[in-house]
Amino acid sequence: MKETEYDREFLVDLYERMLLIREFEEEVKFLFLEGTMPGTIHQCQGQEAAAVGVCSALEEDDVITSTHRPHGHALAKGLTPEEILIELFGGGTGCCRGKGGSMHVGNIDKGMPPAIAIVGGGIPLATGMALALKMQKRPQVAVCFFGDGATSEGAFHEGITLGAIWDLPVIYVCENNLYGASTRVDEITRMPHIAERAAAYGIRGETVEGNDVLAVHEATRIAARQCRDGEGPVLLELETYRLTGHSRRDACHYQPEEEREAWARRDPILVFGRALCQRDDVEQADLDRIRCDVEARVAGAIETARGEPAPTLADLTTDVYA
Amino acid sequence: MRRLTIAEALREGISEEMRRDETVFCLGEDIGVPGGWGGAFTVTLGLEEEFPERTLNTPIAELGFFGAAVGAAIMGMRPIADVQYGDFLFCAMDQIHSNASMLRYMSGGTVKVPMVMRAPVGATGRGAQHARNMERFFVGVPGIKVVAVSNAYDAKGMLKAAVRDDNPVMIFEHKLLYGSKGARTESGAVDGSCEVPDEDFTVPLDRAAVARDGEQVTVLGWLLMHHFALAAAETLATEGIDAEVIDVRCLSPFDYDTIGRSVRKTGYVVIVEEGPVTGGVGAELAAGITERFGEYLMEPVRRVASPDVPVPFAPVLENAYRPDAERIAEGVRLLLQSH
Repeated sequence: MKETEYDREFLVDLYERMLLIREFEEEVKFLFLEGTMPGTIHQCQGQEAAAVGVCSALEEDDVITSTHRPHGHALAKGLTPEEILIELFGGGTGCCRGKGGSMHVGNIDKGMPPAIAIVGGGIPLATGMALALKMQKRPQVAVCFFGDGATSEGAFHEGITLGAIWDLPVIYVCENNLYGASTRVDEITRMPHIAERAAAYGIRGETVEGNDVLAVHEATRIAARQCRDGEGPVLLELETYRLTGHSRRDACHYQPEEEREAWARRDPILVFGRALCQRDDVEQADLDRIRCDVEARVAGAIETARGEPAPTLADLTTDVYA
Repeated sequence: MRRLTIAEALREGISEEMRRDETVFCLGEDIGVPGGWGGAFTVTLGLEEEFPERTLNTPIAELGFFGAAVGAAIMGMRPIADVQYGDFLFCAMDQIHSNASMLRYMSGGTVKVPMVMRAPVGATGRGAQHARNMERFFVGVPGIKVVAVSNAYDAKGMLKAAVRDDNPVMIFEHKLLYGSKGARTESGAVDGSCEVPDEDFTVPLDRAAVARDGEQVTVLGWLLMHHFALAAAETLATEGIDAEVIDVRCLSPFDYDTIGRSVRKTGYVVIVEEGPVTGGVGAELAAGITERFGEYLMEPVRRVASPDVPVPFAPVLENAYRPDAERIAEGVRLLLQSH
């Protein structure tokens, strides 16, 4: 099994990062349902392997753009649970000082501008970020996360067209979770694979088992190297599934029961944990300990976040202009 | 001093800024094409000779390349993105409105978006879809600064100020004022040329300019309408009416200091606007003046603008659509007579 080809430390770290996202999202869901967290949420339970697999293959100073479903990307890119949770609670010391909220979390100092919650809106933006990297002759790459729903937007076509004609170091990462809100992907395209669209732009496309964190990591590593060698862009399609609602209180009645169950068996954390335990140097007890640590970390972050002050009313009119 | 057209002044300003700062670059349609036009109105003509790697010709993809400009800006570049016709800004609107204008606020002041957008506007014999005055769609968008240039000096100075500003700045230019030459000459053009100094200078992005001192009535306009307002003032002077003419030029934010000084002096205000009267920039300006200086107004603010119709094609209709010096003069007469 390929898990044996990697360091124990690296693999356990991937597991822990995915678990952190899962635990974060489950706790946030609870906070929303209990009514202590304002706003709305779009969560990524089930898609952790995409965020972690991609970001684990990047350098710290590489940059990403995200979507209305950004919590996992932000955590995987290195934002702390605290700075995101404070933002979600509407605190004045959150990653966007309380002016962004769930759909716009980000931290430019960590390579992630506020998430772009207009579907497809991040695609031209990431293209421009990659353009800057190329013009500045910097070695970094830009990664653009978006969903299957974004592929019908004009922004998808225009953004990738520009990335392609300018040979930009950008990886367009489509998390194909089969549904744009409640609309199934086969209702919006005749193409069986979104990655096939890469041919239309003259770039390389690849469909990847998106719930396999190592497969995602490897595909991203190769794509990033290709981009750094001046042979970008690349379109990666990560096949995955959302194990929670599109947004809060969505009961997912549009997802067939048998489909949900089949994908639940392919839960990326479950599958990866099982694979890890096949190694001689990983025991279930190790994973249990990680779970305890992660739960404690998120619980601690929530307590910290709850105690942070709200923005002052004077903050309403600041930060409009530089 | 040399006399430059607006197109020449903009070109010179862009070149100087690109020479001064290597993060400045241009992207747009039909720019940087050897043997091409230099954009729709010759502003970027020949730029690619000196800056081949910073003059980026784009596909016809306004949403894409305006978004790319925003992305480059937040990464430390200073893009100048232009559209061939202002009307095409609608195609780019999501990137301008949702990203360029909002990223700084949404990030809690940690992201900067230093980009310049340039757009030619005005009715010029091309029918409805290459003719709109787009100012109204950007005034009232927090996070974007909006200016409109009516002469070559302002064009160069404001372009340079906009490049150096750390915010998204929209520069509106009028097709009839460019002074574009050769195949890109516009019929019905009005002279926007003036003397432009050789040395480096900028024009602030928040100051109106009093172009003609007067005592009896304040006439506010910008772009082509400012030129027509000056012509109207000459006519009115022969009738003994002394009009003060202000080139508003900074549309967001408005310079209420300069405007207010004039309103307090004259007590009468006429706002001239090319574009439908309803929901125009003039509506906001009228409300802003009334709120701030209402006690000085002898009569309600009067607007001279286009009727609420799309821009027509037939020359006789287009000329009726666009306010001219005579309609402006008549608006002033009616306001003063009503006293």
